[in-house]
Amino acid sequence: MAGAPAQGGEGGLPRAAGLPVCYASRLGKPRTIGGPPVAMTLTEKILAAHAGRSQVRPKEMISVRVDQSFTDDLGGPITFHVLESHKVEKVFDPERFFVSAMVNTPSKDISAANTVMKMRGFCRRMGIERFFEGGNAGIHNALAIEQGLVLPGEILVGGNSHACTGGGVGAFATGMGSTDIAAILITGRTWLRVPETIRYVYNGELPRWVTGKDLILATIGKFGVDGAQGKAMEFAGEAISALPVEERFALPNMAVEAGATNGIIEPDEKTLAYVGPRARRPFTPVYGDPGAGYAAAHEVDVSRLEPMVAFPHLPSNTRPLSEVREVRVDQVYIGSCTNGWIADMRAAARILKGRKVAEGVRLIVIPSTTGVYRQCLREGIAETVLDAGGIFSTPTCGPCIGAHMGVLGDGMRSVSTSNRNFVGRQGSTRAEVYLVNPHIAAATAVLGRIGSPDEL
Amino acid sequence: MAGVLEGSAWTLGDHVDTDVIIPARHLLTFDPEKLAPHCFEGVDPTLASQIRPGDIVVAGHNFGCGSSREHAPIAIQALGVSCVIARSFGQIFYRNAFNLGLPLLEADLPPGAVRAGDRLSVDLATGRIENRTTGAAFDAAPIPDFMRELIAAGGLIPFVLGRRA
Repeated sequence: MAGAPAQGGEGGLPRAAGLPVCYASRLGKPRTIGGPPVAMTLTEKILAAHAGRSQVRPKEMISVRVDQSFTDDLGGPITFHVLESHKVEKVFDPERFFVSAMVNTPSKDISAANTVMKMRGFCRRMGIERFFEGGNAGIHNALAIEQGLVLPGEILVGGNSHACTGGGVGAFATGMGSTDIAAILITGRTWLRVPETIRYVYNGELPRWVTGKDLILATIGKFGVDGAQGKAMEFAGEAISALPVEERFALPNMAVEAGATNGIIEPDEKTLAYVGPRARRPFTPVYGDPGAGYAAAHEVDVSRLEPMVAFPHLPSNTRPLSEVREVRVDQVYIGSCTNGWIADMRAAARILKGRKVAEGVRLIVIPSTTGVYRQCLREGIAETVLDAGGIFSTPTCGPCIGAHMGVLGDGMRSVSTSNRNFVGRQGSTRAEVYLVNPHIAAATAVLGRIGSPDEL
Repeated sequence: MAGVLEGSAWTLGDHVDTDVIIPARHLLTFDPEKLAPHCFEGVDPTLASQIRPGDIVVAGHNFGCGSSREHAPIAIQALGVSCVIARSFGQIFYRNAFNLGLPLLEADLPPGAVRAGDRLSVDLATGRIENRTTGAAFDAAPIPDFMRELIAAGGLIPFVLGRRA
């Protein structure tokens, strides 16, 4: 599906490959600096602006200014070690960086506690004030959005592969490793290869129990875990527009599961209303140009989609729920940076209300941030989970990666609203992980086997 | 970058993710010596004890996909693996490896071109891969100029510190 960007449209402009005109952005205008206007995709425009250029072309290597970066208790220790071993005494801008101890939190053992202490010490020395741990804990990929630290038109580079979640507000957001983050802390910049953009247009109305999570699982199921390798995935269409903002985030969140550099959704009025009150700094939304060149464009009719289940051991190993036979489960995990938003908690609680978790099933519900946790308490969601016989925990991403809380033993089977089901991802290499949306996860906890709320 | 690497091949399949390269339960440390014994644990727990310094890993598509954990290339490097050849790489892993000085080569090898235990010689400068066991030879995609610059500078951090000076 990869290919060169479409070339040679009318007037020498690149033309969107196979893209109906009605889906071209109405809002963007091509820029005319030093030559004919060059139509760019949303991703290209953000990158060009941050490279200080009037245009960039796919596959070019560029250096860009980074608006925000972050790290956590897995990658952070390496980042800080790299800086210390090169005797870096000052970071580029402490305001543009935050740290979240989110994996082994609250510290699960001595080593985890030592890590947090070391990271706190480093941040104090460097003047980095935003440190999320303890009473303000949360998953950074969600915190960046919730705390207004990633904004439309900006570049976010996080030290976590799911930093791409930030693309849900119309930012260029991507994940990198510890050394790349260290370099950003030194220079405030990073290098990138401009990705070609693939456009995914979701038309029609979402059927009951079908969510943004199912759209991205279906997309990865169709195109594979390297179906968008090194590309930008741009998600659009009336089904996306119809979704509340937080229910869109599962799409860019899992862009990396298709190998993409970033996932992005053009900001609309809902986005701006959502982001406005949270924003920590002024921002200017960016929109794609009409007639921009895409590497490919795919349209999906969502009205016939079902909830999707990704079977072990790849996110692309998807089946529609109706094709899933008896799959009994030992654990259900509802949370993570994919589906730990308040909308996900509410979806689970609606199904769990007045019901009991099946005998022998361990249900773990974990909001992604302290803000979501607090809202769950206000709305009685925590109590609903407890009444159903589940566990309701403070924010951590531990279970998603088999590091902390709800680690799977040999032969155990987990249904999870998270984003990866690789071998050993949630614990034992002999365990199995199935990825679903929160409705299906909650119904599964009650049924004791993978199933739909319609069966309750 | 100069010079020819020689070693025995270890062959792996497609989509070898960083969770199977180094599971999260081992990430409480980034000490290479502690990570090395667990490298590739999710593929085959005995692999780390069999790989010898200088050996070469040959894999399929999308090697290193998934988590951004830099512990993955650190662990591979700590085993003494001299380079990884794959049809394609997960993008974050690709950056991480070069940032640390672990060379990667993209090569679309025909099926069966390299079998486990074959002796390989790899010229990083030209991308020439020779299978000394079978006598066959292949060409990998040249390592991009920017990556060569990084390696020449001694890694990403010396590179950016050098440019600031």
